[in-house]
Amino acid sequence: MPEQVAESIDAIYRTESRRVFATLVRMLGDFDLAEEALHDAFRAALEQWPREGVPANPRAWLVSAGRFKAIDGIRRQRRFEALDEEAAEAIPDERDTIEGDDIEDDRLRLIFTCCHPALASDAQVALTLREVCGLTTEAIAQAFLTGAPTLAQRIVRAKSKIRDARIPYQVPSTEELPQRLDNVLRVVYLVFNEGYSASSGASVTRVDLSGEAIRVGRLLIELLPEPEAIGLLALMLLQESRRAARTTPTGELILLADQDRTLWNRAHIAEGTALVERALASRRIGPYALQAAIAAVHANAESPDATDWSEIVGLYDVLLRLEPSPVVELNRAVAIAMRDGPAAGLALVDAILARGDLAEYHLAHAARADLCRRLGAVAQARASYERAIALARQEPERRFLERRLTELPQ
Amino acid sequence: MKYLCLVYMDERRLEEIDDNECMACGDALRQSGKMIAGQALQSVQTATTVRVRNGRVSVTDGPFAETKEQLAGFYMIEAKDLNEAIQVATRIPPARVGSIEVRPVRELGFDRPAFAGAAAAAT
Repeated sequence: MPEQVAESIDAIYRTESRRVFATLVRMLGDFDLAEEALHDAFRAALEQWPREGVPANPRAWLVSAGRFKAIDGIRRQRRFEALDEEAAEAIPDERDTIEGDDIEDDRLRLIFTCCHPALASDAQVALTLREVCGLTTEAIAQAFLTGAPTLAQRIVRAKSKIRDARIPYQVPSTEELPQRLDNVLRVVYLVFNEGYSASSGASVTRVDLSGEAIRVGRLLIELLPEPEAIGLLALMLLQESRRAARTTPTGELILLADQDRTLWNRAHIAEGTALVERALASRRIGPYALQAAIAAVHANAESPDATDWSEIVGLYDVLLRLEPSPVVELNRAVAIAMRDGPAAGLALVDAILARGDLAEYHLAHAARADLCRRLGAVAQARASYERAIALARQEPERRFLERRLTELPQ
Repeated sequence: MKYLCLVYMDERRLEEIDDNECMACGDALRQSGKMIAGQALQSVQTATTVRVRNGRVSVTDGPFAETKEQLAGFYMIEAKDLNEAIQVATRIPPARVGSIEVRPVRELGFDRPAFAGAAAAAT
């Protein structure tokens, strides 16, 4: 095979396979059939393209080859079992609609189906990574520190539910869209966070999942530029921009204030900041856009001292009105401590802890410890660090807190 | 496709739902052609559980398990897919105080459910 054809098939696989898959799912009405048809189509391409050349529209070629192979398969199966010809006939012939918008709609349909709220939450994550991103079951299992059989079973169950309960392959109606989009964004952010800060285990970051989440985020705003989708992508990019600065080479955590800001990824910051502005300009401002706006204030401060804490407090005020939560309250308290001094922050943190909401949340105790330390209340700081260490689940976080504890004056 | 919407709620909160509202909900569904059957149920205190084991019939009082929410009624509906069934379920009045379990109907002799074990073995 001529080298160039092999290379272009490779490149086409990377850029087109998920698009072709999304369209085949719609045509065939079944994930597994579509997967098989996709592989058959690429197998046919490997045979024919070196002889006949790469077609002018490889995507359309692959869709129609996949469709043809699937019909062929159904007919062949029919000889063994009395499967009706209707199944094959019902597969739409879409030669005229495998261009442009329909393909893009199919990708959106695929995302909304994988993130359907009727599927178990962990299955939504696994399906999205597998079907939208094209990751293998093994890679997903490894990223989530789960066994591959467990994950495969989760995916099989989800696909059975899609088929048996008839979860439709469609972009939700305008009426349902906001809620359903929220769920898609939740899944994407879950994937990002799993990659950005592993929920347990030794390593703090796993690059792949964050990268995949950003990829889906980009795809989403290309297909459906809703303000919150834009806000989420901005938030992910701004957090990702600090990846190289947030740990030492040996994996120790470095606080935002202590990070080497020259290590921050300027391209991510510029893109994220522009997206924040775009989301805020929509005047339909949601929690993701606000969190991204806060991240942008940090990202654009040249030094910790140059941080505009008033702006950050103001953004937290809006976020708190929009989505009241004790964790947001805690973050706001820390920002107030930066603006008005540790005593003001401590009063707020103590009030939150007194309500019992965050009694088991290690970062609440860590924040309290830090404020007490700054006020010179060493005994209180020590008690809170110890409480935080007992509650921390991640090894690097625990080590960080232990370091802070030993640094306290005797 | 047929879906059974099972209405679960804490029976003590039944008075919060007006019967007239439920009747109106049923009427609207019938008019839209989506209703196949539907009925509210008497209190779970009236329930009797029947089992047959080794040919012996056992009859006991009450439901087989004590739960916070009880089955209070059902709607058998016709919907084109799960999204449409969910839309119907959101309009069932007790959804506000209890929950609606939406289950696709299985035609006997077809669609045997793929149980987790069998499904995993098939991959």
